[in-house]
Amino acid sequence: MDKFNTLTGIAAPMPLINVDTDMIIPKQFLKTIKRSGLGVNLFDEMRYDDDGKEIRDFVLNKDAYREAEILVAGDNFGCGSSREHAPWAIKDFGIRCIIAPSYADIFYNNCFKNGILPIALPQEQVDLLMKDAEKGSNARMIVDLDAQTVTSSDGEVFSFDLDPFKKHCLMNGLDDIGLTMEKAAAIDSFEAAVSQARPWV
Amino acid sequence: MSPKTLYDKIWDAHVAHEADDGTCLLYIDRHLVHEVTSPQAFEGLRMTGRKVRAPEKTIAVPDHNVPTTPGREDPSNMTEDSAIQVAALDTNAKDFGIHYYPVSDIRQGIVHIVGPEQGWTLPGMTVVCGDSHTATHGAFGALAHGIGTSEVEHVLATQTLIQKKSKNMKVEITGKLRPGVTAKDITLSVIGATGTAGGTGYVIEYCGEAIRDLSMEGRMTVCNMAIEGGARAGLIAPDEKTFEYCKGRPHAPKGAQWEAAMDWWKTLFSDDDAVWDEIITLKGEDIAPVVTWGTSPEDVLPITAAVPAADDFEGGKIDAAQRSLDYMGLTPGTPLSDVEIDTVFIGSCTNGRIEDLRAAAAILKGKKKKDGLRAMVVPGSGLVRAQAEEEGLADIFKEAGFEWRLAGCSMCLAMNPDQLQPGERCAATSNRNFEGRQGRGGRTHLMSPAMAAAAAITGKLTDVREMM
Repeated sequence: MDKFNTLTGIAAPMPLINVDTDMIIPKQFLKTIKRSGLGVNLFDEMRYDDDGKEIRDFVLNKDAYREAEILVAGDNFGCGSSREHAPWAIKDFGIRCIIAPSYADIFYNNCFKNGILPIALPQEQVDLLMKDAEKGSNARMIVDLDAQTVTSSDGEVFSFDLDPFKKHCLMNGLDDIGLTMEKAAAIDSFEAAVSQARPWV
Repeated sequence: MSPKTLYDKIWDAHVAHEADDGTCLLYIDRHLVHEVTSPQAFEGLRMTGRKVRAPEKTIAVPDHNVPTTPGREDPSNMTEDSAIQVAALDTNAKDFGIHYYPVSDIRQGIVHIVGPEQGWTLPGMTVVCGDSHTATHGAFGALAHGIGTSEVEHVLATQTLIQKKSKNMKVEITGKLRPGVTAKDITLSVIGATGTAGGTGYVIEYCGEAIRDLSMEGRMTVCNMAIEGGARAGLIAPDEKTFEYCKGRPHAPKGAQWEAAMDWWKTLFSDDDAVWDEIITLKGEDIAPVVTWGTSPEDVLPITAAVPAADDFEGGKIDAAQRSLDYMGLTPGTPLSDVEIDTVFIGSCTNGRIEDLRAAAAILKGKKKKDGLRAMVVPGSGLVRAQAEEEGLADIFKEAGFEWRLAGCSMCLAMNPDQLQPGERCAATSNRNFEGRQGRGGRTHLMSPAMAAAAAITGKLTDVREMM
């Protein structure tokens, strides 16, 4: 997995609450057996009309935001299904960081498995960063994972909380499965104990 | 010993390793797999030379993509990309030696219906699947939740998940339900009260007289939509109904093992003095038959209400409500019972079980759907379908003008050919009314099977109580 350290980039504003996984990547694109290539269909039904042409008003179709690496969004981002195609599409588009007041649980976890940093900040702070993002491509935000800060284009610094283990894995690009397999002995002994205590499992 | 919630008890019984910072390896008893969220996980195993650690605890069934029309065993009757995903699951199940119910097997169906039906899901277990509606299995007092594909690979390889514990929420539904009110109305009403982010960070335990009174099917409907409320999982403590449902199922324990299991299962309840981080109480008698009007499952109103206006809301919900009204093509102030529909969909992991079909058939018996309306019933599994045929329900649906389909997820998420056309409006017993969920531009109103049946007869959203 890619390591995440610092990111200086354009932030796209999406002031919508409850952005769901069907919006992020509609189901017709889940019929892939790969993880790559979904960026072109990110937000497909909001981004393209019935003829497949770009809808000009949609934020990622505006010239200022085509190269966005950060997305600023409303409350409960990523609600809905467990499809990891959602973070795959976001990552494939080039977005590495999301800033929102809150996230749906499964989507939040899926981000970390894919080198994406979802930052949760209080609504008032997201509102300020939303305004900053609306300034367009000249306004670049700085995300510093080690320091756990977001710096707006005019230098205002916002600190965010993050689970230390998730931070450690993201900063070092660690493979969860590899880490867990180092604890195989603990799993073995747990499994042996359970097969005695609950043999029907 | 300090008092525990049901969630605490199941959690404690499954921690295989705990790090100093509280990060745990949670042991997984049952891993359910379907064709859409698993191919990349199996590919990951192949690339790293890893095996499935516990194939005997891993169960696969194709459900999301499969057509619900006859002849579907022949891959040429599927779209090419769907056929590839189903073929990949066939191959992966065989190569890795996991339990498998192919489309040709009468036991095939929606993974969350097959699991309980076959006795894979049992009280006190941890159950995961690469699907958010894994919450369904919580009805058995099992800790069950959806995971992403990376976590599917993690469970396949290690039979564990890296987890931190959630908080405890109690949702109590007191008293009795009124006639015409069902489990679906309970679960939608809870989401209407808490919002779709209300449960974020929590595991919910549903309790109270109205929950106890529900059948296992109804309890599965309630827990199924815990995810729409934002919760990691929903739980209901097992009781005699649970044990009765499990007994004799193909993969349930038998003989002495059954007795040993029962001894443990009977300890699976929240202690009287357990500590809750949040408590929500609804009176059963206050719950009405409800429908959704918008594009979020929290957009819930009694069928007797009218379409709201955007400025009835506050904050970010004002814009969201306006967007929903525009998408749904609804005018504020219109009575919900005046809203005309084009399609009725009865099925899904929320409401595709035998009791759901019985409830819909009870309303439809001797009646016809409105002319010009498209109506379909998609049983949740081949066994539900067979039982409904035996009970004469299939004949009631067919005589009422419904299509009687084969089992699968179907129009709940429209990955197979069962889709809405742009602008089509559907009375659906499924779980999500998101934009485009049932087909691009399609408009979804969520409701109970009885309400969907009533809507089929009148061609409008309808108060089922008028037909009882």
